[in-house]
Amino acid sequence: MRILVLMKMAPDVVEELEIAPGGTALDLDYVRMILSESDDHALEQALLLKERHGATVTALALDAPEVDDALFTALAKGADRAVKIAGLDAGFPTSQAARAMSQAIAQVPGLSPADLILTGVQAIDDLDGLIAPMVAHALDLPYLGIVTRLSLDASGRTALATKEYPGGVRGEFEVKLPAVLGIQAAEKPPRYVPVAKVRAAMKTQKIDSAPASLPADGGCAAAQVVEMKRNEPAGHAEMLDGDPESVSDKLCGILTGHGLL
Amino acid sequence: MTGSICVFAEQWRGSISEATYEALALGREVADALGVQLTAILTGSNARELAQTLGAADLVVYVDHPLLAETLPQPTAEALAQVLQDRRPRAFIVPLTNVSLGVGTLLALRLGTAGINFCKDVRIAGGRLQAVCVMYGGKIEATVEAAGEPVVLGLWPGARPAEKGRSSRSPVVEEATVSLRDSPVLLRRYVEAEAGDVDLTKQDVLVAVGRGIQSKDNLGLAEDLAKSLGGAVAGSRPVIDQGWLPLSRQVGKSGLSVKPKLYVALGISGAPEHVEGMKDSALIVAVNSDPRAPIFNVAHYGIVADVLETIPVLTAAIEAKRAVARHA
Amino acid sequence: MTSATLILWLLTLAAFGLFGARVFRYVKVLLAARPEKRWDHPWKRLQLVIVNVLGQRRLLEEPVSGAAHLLIFWAFVFYAASFFWNLVHGLFPFLPIPSADEVSWVRAALAAFGVLGLAALAVAAARRYFFPPPRLEKSRDAGIILALIAMVLLSCLAGQWYRASNPAVSRAMWWVHMATVLGFLAYLPYSKHLHLLASPFGVFFASLEPGRVPEASAGAARREDFTWRQLFSGLACAECGRCDRACPAFNSGFALSPKMLMHHMKELVRGEGAGPDGAGLAGLIKREEIWACTSCLACMHRCPVMNEHVPVLVELRRRLLGEGDMDKSLQESLKNLTRYGNSFGAPPRARPKWTQQLDFHIKDARKEPVHYLWFVGDYASFDPRLAPVTCAAARVFRKAGLDFGILYESEQNSGNDVRLAGEEGLYETLRDKNRNVFAKAHYEEIVTTDPHSFHILKHEYMPMNGGQPVLHHTQLLSQMVLSGELPIKHKLRMRVTYHDPCYLGRYNAVFNAPRRVIEALGLKLVEMSQNRTYAYCCGAGGGRIWMEDPPVIIERPATTRIREAATLKDVRTLVVACPKDLVMFQDAIKTMGLEDRLEVKELSELVEQAMG
Ligand SMILES: Cc1cc2nc3c(=O)[nH]c(=O)nc-3n(C[C@H](O)[C@H](O)[C@H](O)COP(=O)(O)OP(=O)(O)OC[C@H]3O[C@@H](n4cnc5c(N)ncnc54)[C@H](O)[C@@H]3O)c2cc1C
Ligand code: SF4
Ligand code: SF4
Repeated sequence: MRILVLMKMAPDVVEELEIAPGGTALDLDYVRMILSESDDHALEQALLLKERHGATVTALALDAPEVDDALFTALAKGADRAVKIAGLDAGFPTSQAARAMSQAIAQVPGLSPADLILTGVQAIDDLDGLIAPMVAHALDLPYLGIVTRLSLDASGRTALATKEYPGGVRGEFEVKLPAVLGIQAAEKPPRYVPVAKVRAAMKTQKIDSAPASLPADGGCAAAQVVEMKRNEPAGHAEMLDGDPESVSDKLCGILTGHGLL
Repeated sequence: MTGSICVFAEQWRGSISEATYEALALGREVADALGVQLTAILTGSNARELAQTLGAADLVVYVDHPLLAETLPQPTAEALAQVLQDRRPRAFIVPLTNVSLGVGTLLALRLGTAGINFCKDVRIAGGRLQAVCVMYGGKIEATVEAAGEPVVLGLWPGARPAEKGRSSRSPVVEEATVSLRDSPVLLRRYVEAEAGDVDLTKQDVLVAVGRGIQSKDNLGLAEDLAKSLGGAVAGSRPVIDQGWLPLSRQVGKSGLSVKPKLYVALGISGAPEHVEGMKDSALIVAVNSDPRAPIFNVAHYGIVADVLETIPVLTAAIEAKRAVARHA
Repeated sequence: MTSATLILWLLTLAAFGLFGARVFRYVKVLLAARPEKRWDHPWKRLQLVIVNVLGQRRLLEEPVSGAAHLLIFWAFVFYAASFFWNLVHGLFPFLPIPSADEVSWVRAALAAFGVLGLAALAVAAARRYFFPPPRLEKSRDAGIILALIAMVLLSCLAGQWYRASNPAVSRAMWWVHMATVLGFLAYLPYSKHLHLLASPFGVFFASLEPGRVPEASAGAARREDFTWRQLFSGLACAECGRCDRACPAFNSGFALSPKMLMHHMKELVRGEGAGPDGAGLAGLIKREEIWACTSCLACMHRCPVMNEHVPVLVELRRRLLGEGDMDKSLQESLKNLTRYGNSFGAPPRARPKWTQQLDFHIKDARKEPVHYLWFVGDYASFDPRLAPVTCAAARVFRKAGLDFGILYESEQNSGNDVRLAGEEGLYETLRDKNRNVFAKAHYEEIVTTDPHSFHILKHEYMPMNGGQPVLHHTQLLSQMVLSGELPIKHKLRMRVTYHDPCYLGRYNAVFNAPRRVIEALGLKLVEMSQNRTYAYCCGAGGGRIWMEDPPVIIERPATTRIREAATLKDVRTLVVACPKDLVMFQDAIKTMGLEDRLEVKELSELVEQAMG
């Protein structure tokens, strides 16, 4: 069984985000990148499957600041191979990321055929779509998202995936492999790997590098950001004054506005 | 349908989702402003009667196929693409919910057009459609335009009140046929939410009480409020320590981290250990008698008042509102 | 050779054979363990033995049982000496020496020690069987040993008694005595009273820096992963329970018993419980025990044989950490520390945010030279409840005319608790980052308001970094009191009590400085009964503040401490000298609903008040 984990770095929103002078993008000099949270879960799920069924896990990521850290961490956690796709312009949109990954899967030796391609269900910067369905479309593979539990049948040809629905309901799906799954949460929170192990991985293992090769045409039409601004953090609540009745009415209005009533 | 605003009518387990009505409400506004039709496309298997609830749209296209009984992303996107093939709308709105996640992206690829995710609103500027998107975990608001049309928009829940998308009108219903190949992804079964004590992390609405609730006897007030909002009661550590609520209801550092759509903090001071567990809630409302309580630094809306006075009045107001909505 | 001599030879060889076989096995296991240097400073080590073995200082901290033990110990020493004397006499009858009981002063001493020893045994037995301290186990082993000692003493005394009147009985008693002692010797390495022989070595080879975190390792997964001294702890342990009685984790009902931990070490050495080679370690010592420790060092301060619980726990934590077997919230904190250099998961840029509440600017020690480099620490920087306290310290420093600065966003968590949580690699990363910043700053001395940082800066950072002195702010304030430089305007006439933070008190013996400052402020210090080295931990240390409380608890440590403080008459203020203490105790006071009865103040707040 061969599992591929697609990983993407996304801006770390713990840090302050700054808008670049043009006003249509983040100032990338300011941003710190971090592995997209659900990609971390995808990696964890892959490692859990490896422990349960025996598999090789390859982490595939697009070059970005701090991506080496993320890949060495993946190796330290138990991934067998790490591949980095280099050469995309900073701030690439998700559709381009997906195309570069699909190309790499087809072209980089040893990546295909993969039995299972896992990635995070969605990243906070997936403005023009999600990676998993894009890769599934490009490689003509089955797709399912919001997966929170995953097991393989004895033959290794079918996966049983649990998808989360509203109100705590879960759907159990049979997915023919190979397939691309968008992981929302691994069965266990992503493991912590001690710094010493990451350091050891840096010394003894390496990251394979592959150039990005994109088809000449843009693929699908792009979405253009015309303006970007910071959603100012509230800092302080908007206070509702008045007697209990009028305050309650105001609040009801607000809740209705948020679709909560 | 060509040139219209089109909404994907999401059905799940026999009914149309709230998010669909919200999308219809927004779609209606945009269609009216542009002077074009609002179309809804409903996919399903033997679900034609659901089309009757989509009166906010001028036209409902119903697509029937056994593979469309559940909203599987690939067959659904394929069906939509076939329907839209030669009658292209200006915009196609897909609710961003767990049911249809992925449908928008696949449809955009299939149509060879742009997809725009994370929309919370749609504007018209100089006759062009612009999407207002909330990205980076809510920290950034971006205005986005598609290079061409149709544009597929993924719409966050809560863009418009669902009531506005409901109508008692009977829409015109048209049926369309599609041909789909077998799906390699099949639903085996649904597993219902686990019984036993509620799982706080799965609730959309949490009413959390702190020491300001004063005694166990007052907990009933919070339970009533939670019931009227369709949520569950949670607590800060002192409330759990007192044994007023079980440990499974504790929010915070040594309890659970929750991200509901609505978090109502009643008589909670907002200590960091508590805030850690609830700060990512989509909407936070705090009631506290102390105007300087730190909880107001994380809440979106604050009320300085005695909780014991406020809760019953608020519960009554919500009940009243719900009753009106039900009869409308 | 007479037949009596022959029998004595046979008995002796059998006893020593049995004894030697067992001891040999122990030594083999210890030799296979990881090395640890414990031969340095022999004179210091000898002093330890004099004070703690010959003088039994730690045992006397519990006066009644301590005095009894002191007597039994000396009786034992004396009897052992006379036994060997007798043995040599019996084995080599041709030697021209008198037997021990032929020397009158020895006889007198034996009689005196015999009687006193028996009395002490009676006390010990009474305590054991009628007034047992909480959780003292009454094992059969202990009963056997008490009986054997009694027999040794009685047979000797009886032998003396009948020496003149009935030599036959006296001779018989001599045989009973010799046989019992030889039996005792053979039995000893198999019983818990092995501590009789092992503990002096335990003390001699004790750590000269108790609480020092062991050298980097992958942690203990098997017996051989421990150092020999760590394993030896098990043999030296007398199972006296002093560590348990002092342990906040144990008293809170958490899974940890430091005594059992040492017992597990013994089981490991003996090849019990975890398989003959100790491979089943994970099953023997549960994760809940391992994570429960607050690293308060109370156990190690009380242990009469100077066992080292904390290093053992750190080795075990390292292994769990490597396996990812830890609490979710600890995992989250470590991730945050790795990425942001603080456990709060706050952006580094937010670190100096608290300074915005001041109406003056604090020097940036990265940019301009300062005399005092103030290492603020995570909690004092990021916890909004502590911002007013941190600001108070800043104003005190300023009013006192100190030339000081901070490192702003370049400061990182000092790594003390990270290290005790078993994440040595992360500690090294944090340390190196801090050291790099220190290296670029110009300063004469380091002062910190955080005892945990104080400890690690002082003992681990500095020697490699120019060796500037590291002070806790209570020490700095105390220096100013002594030199008359602390401008105190009015005396605060209140009764207060003071809590010694573990990392200031037990770890660094800074007891007087804070007390001097308290008194200089005109405050009347009323001590809690558990003060100084006895201070009861608040429960936050060793990374515990990042972990969830175990579900089954009697009472959180902070609650126990507040209960103690609240019993003091007319004392309404608990003074602390550690930011974490403030958070923990304020929380406990709230939980107990004692807001009207007691408030917690950081020392700087009171100093500021007194400065007017
Ligand atoms: C290591 C550690 C872990 C912790 N873990 C958690 C945790 O997981 N979860 C958690 O919640 N806490 C936790 N705490 C405790 C935390 O620090 C706070 O003590 C706790 O959150 C306070 O709970 P509270 O807000 O209900 O009570 P309080 O802080 O006492 O606040 C009560 C509030 O109610 C208001 N009030 C009083 N009467 C009224 C009234 N009639 N009407 C309106 N408002 C009123 C008051 O103004 C006040 O703001 C932890 C603490 C520590 C040290
Ligand atoms: S260091 Fe403190 S908490 Fe840990 S075992 Fe010793 S006494 Fe208990
Ligand atoms: S470790 Fe020390 S204090 Fe604890 S039981 Fe053993 S001898 Fe006593």
